[in-house]
Amino acid sequence: MTSFWSIWVIVLTLSCLIILFGLLVWNLKNYAGVEEGESCGHEFDGIEELNNPLPKWWTYMFFATFAWSVYYLAAYPGLGNWEGLGKWTSSNQGITSLAESKQAVEDAHAEGRFVKLDAEYRAADERFGPIFSAFAEQDIETLANDEKALEIGQRLFAQNCSQCHGSDARGGQGFPNLTDKDWLYGGTPDKIKETLLHGRIAAMPPWGAALGEQGVKEMTAHVLSLSGRTVNQKDAAAGAAKFAMCAACHGADGKGSVAHNLPFGAPDLTDNIWLYGGSQRAVEETIVNGRAGVMPAWKDILGEEKVHLLTAYVYSLSQDK
Amino acid sequence: MSNKNSQNKHEIVEKNIGLMAILTVFAISFGALVEITPLMFQDDTTKPVDGLRPLNALEMEGRDIYVREGCYNCHSQMIRPFRDEVERYGHYSVAGESVWDHPFQWGSKRTGPDLARVGKRYSDDWHYAHLVDPRAVVPESNMPGFPWLAENRVDTSLTLKKLKIFRDTFAINPQNPAHPGLGYGSDEELIADVAKVDAMNDGKGATEMQALIAYLQQLGTHLK
Repeated sequence: MTSFWSIWVIVLTLSCLIILFGLLVWNLKNYAGVEEGESCGHEFDGIEELNNPLPKWWTYMFFATFAWSVYYLAAYPGLGNWEGLGKWTSSNQGITSLAESKQAVEDAHAEGRFVKLDAEYRAADERFGPIFSAFAEQDIETLANDEKALEIGQRLFAQNCSQCHGSDARGGQGFPNLTDKDWLYGGTPDKIKETLLHGRIAAMPPWGAALGEQGVKEMTAHVLSLSGRTVNQKDAAAGAAKFAMCAACHGADGKGSVAHNLPFGAPDLTDNIWLYGGSQRAVEETIVNGRAGVMPAWKDILGEEKVHLLTAYVYSLSQDK
Repeated sequence: MSNKNSQNKHEIVEKNIGLMAILTVFAISFGALVEITPLMFQDDTTKPVDGLRPLNALEMEGRDIYVREGCYNCHSQMIRPFRDEVERYGHYSVAGESVWDHPFQWGSKRTGPDLARVGKRYSDDWHYAHLVDPRAVVPESNMPGFPWLAENRVDTSLTLKKLKIFRDTFAINPQNPAHPGLGYGSDEELIADVAKVDAMNDGKGATEMQALIAYLQQLGTHLK
């Protein structure tokens, strides 16, 4: 706040308080010219106005609010730029970027001052920090059998992941089922953690224009035949001839990126598990329009230690118990 | 009825409604003068945060659909500086993010979650599935579905006007020294931006769904 506005706020706030105080004191005197409890000398339809002052307790409460306002303005930031004797602030106001926000927190820590939000975080870190660090030192396979770790992981999952993958982690159309052994980017602890930390962006390009209507029909037949579905053999054979363009991501045998150690997240087409639906129509739609699967990155939102626990939980879901 | 005591000035106010109105306005103006007026002249509350950009044509229409469907009745766009909120939604909201949000969508009630930083948190496909039928992706949800958004086309007859109002009223243009190089461009550029919306879906125009998702996907992304 510039000093002009600071003075503006201080002058107006204090003058308002002073005027109100004066008004209160002034009004406590009896100006009516009649004794307390006596009639003021006018009546309407038999109703008289008596000269009744404010009850005493009410007046004292009024004074108490003034005392409170003086205390409040002294202790808390209320008068312009005056930060208050308690030096209390809710958060770092007026920041214009994340970098500035982080800098403000660091500066405050260096000075040993904590805005309320930082203080909350510090208290939480003291309480929960050791728990998370202890878990962070253990490997994911171990944690996947640790009841306590899984309990925390499950909560984190419900909070952050269930919106897409479902609260039972079985996924839905377009959102992978995490309880089976079919993985788009690999189901090892390391791969799962990588997915959670950095997110994934899958891009199946649209092939409708390149293949044409007949081509799409043939390719669909071939793709469905890969998982043993009954299809028109002639169409499937024609589709197989063109499968080279799909092989770059799905592999020549259609077993998907993971089987071929590729980073594209292209699903295994031979296992009869369908991310976007396995009906002829759904597969056709996928081939014509392509698909864009997005897994957000959680590193900045949750931090590495929580992702570690979440990884253990997700990993545990597909393990045979 | 007579004034028994000429000292009783209170009676003047009691019997003169015009004077009382003036004094009332005087009394309540203190609050506004102290708490509101300075906000209009401070960098803290008038300077956009780094990377904030005004809404493009599609997002602008999406925002109006957000308002029309009453999303603000259940969703706030204001993350308070408490740990529980920051952990769940992300960095707390700051004034510089709302400088071009007119009327602001801070909301006051959370039946659903806060949306101040929902941008890029879910995929476009998720938003589509969720807006058509929230329970398709979140079985526990009590949000109503908005399936008609996928069928309705965006009416762009007023879009250009809206963009111009924002540009001219709030001086959101690249020449403004308060935010150099950022903001709405010339009329031609705005017209081209609106034309892009009309050209979507092979010239059939954008659906309201696409506009709303575009609006949602940019929310709060500059402080993420």
